[in-house]
Amino acid sequence: MDFTRRETMAITAGAVALTVLPFRANAAVDDAINAFTGGADVADGGVDLDAPEIAENGNTVPVTVSAEGATAIMVLAAGNPTPGVATFKFGNLAGSQYASTRIRLAGTQDVIAVAQMADGSFARTSKEVKVTIGGCGG
Amino acid sequence: MASGVRPRVKAPKSAAAGDVVTLKTLISHPMESGQRKDSNGNTIPRSIINRFTCEFNGTTIIDVTMEPAISTNPYFEFEATIPEAGDLQFTWYDDDGSVYEETKSVAMA
Repeated sequence: MDFTRRETMAITAGAVALTVLPFRANAAVDDAINAFTGGADVADGGVDLDAPEIAENGNTVPVTVSAEGATAIMVLAAGNPTPGVATFKFGNLAGSQYASTRIRLAGTQDVIAVAQMADGSFARTSKEVKVTIGGCGG
Repeated sequence: MASGVRPRVKAPKSAAAGDVVTLKTLISHPMESGQRKDSNGNTIPRSIINRFTCEFNGTTIIDVTMEPAISTNPYFEFEATIPEAGDLQFTWYDDDGSVYEETKSVAMA
């Protein structure tokens, strides 16, 4: 199989784009987490994130987050055009640090929950959700 | 201005002091993400509810910052402690400056 110079350039450019894009997405997620934590260390675990393994419709994916002793929980969708989903801040009369909502997912990706605990520490967890039909329109 | 916005809240009518109750809220709103394009290829501008708060007699229960990734007709379920008789105030803040409010009274059982 012979490639012309033009084809080779196109394939190379495609390969470069493929390898660069995930890094860009991750950078946006890291930025969002840093903005939330102020650069503090984030421990794994300590947050419960409940989302379906397979979501048929990315337009409404039910997600539940809870973290005992948290003052705030931020939810991120790593594969969305903008990773931010929602930030729940719990007040004095919150019965528990629990919230449930429905979110949009552009495609199969990781959903991340970062919790700020009452003592100022941070915890995170993530879960992969497979999406059959993406929810960001076209 | 999103038209036909109607908040709906499910809350108990009465509770014992100190009870933890589950609150469910739904508000009809298109939550236009700003990512979609119309049939001419023009981007439809973002129009979402960007904040939701719930208070009981002025004390915060939950304060949610919302991004475009929240689905159409935003739904929230959460829990609240009811220390006394009073009113639950639910408030939604739209991108266009509109504020939608709903109040539910809770009596002592």
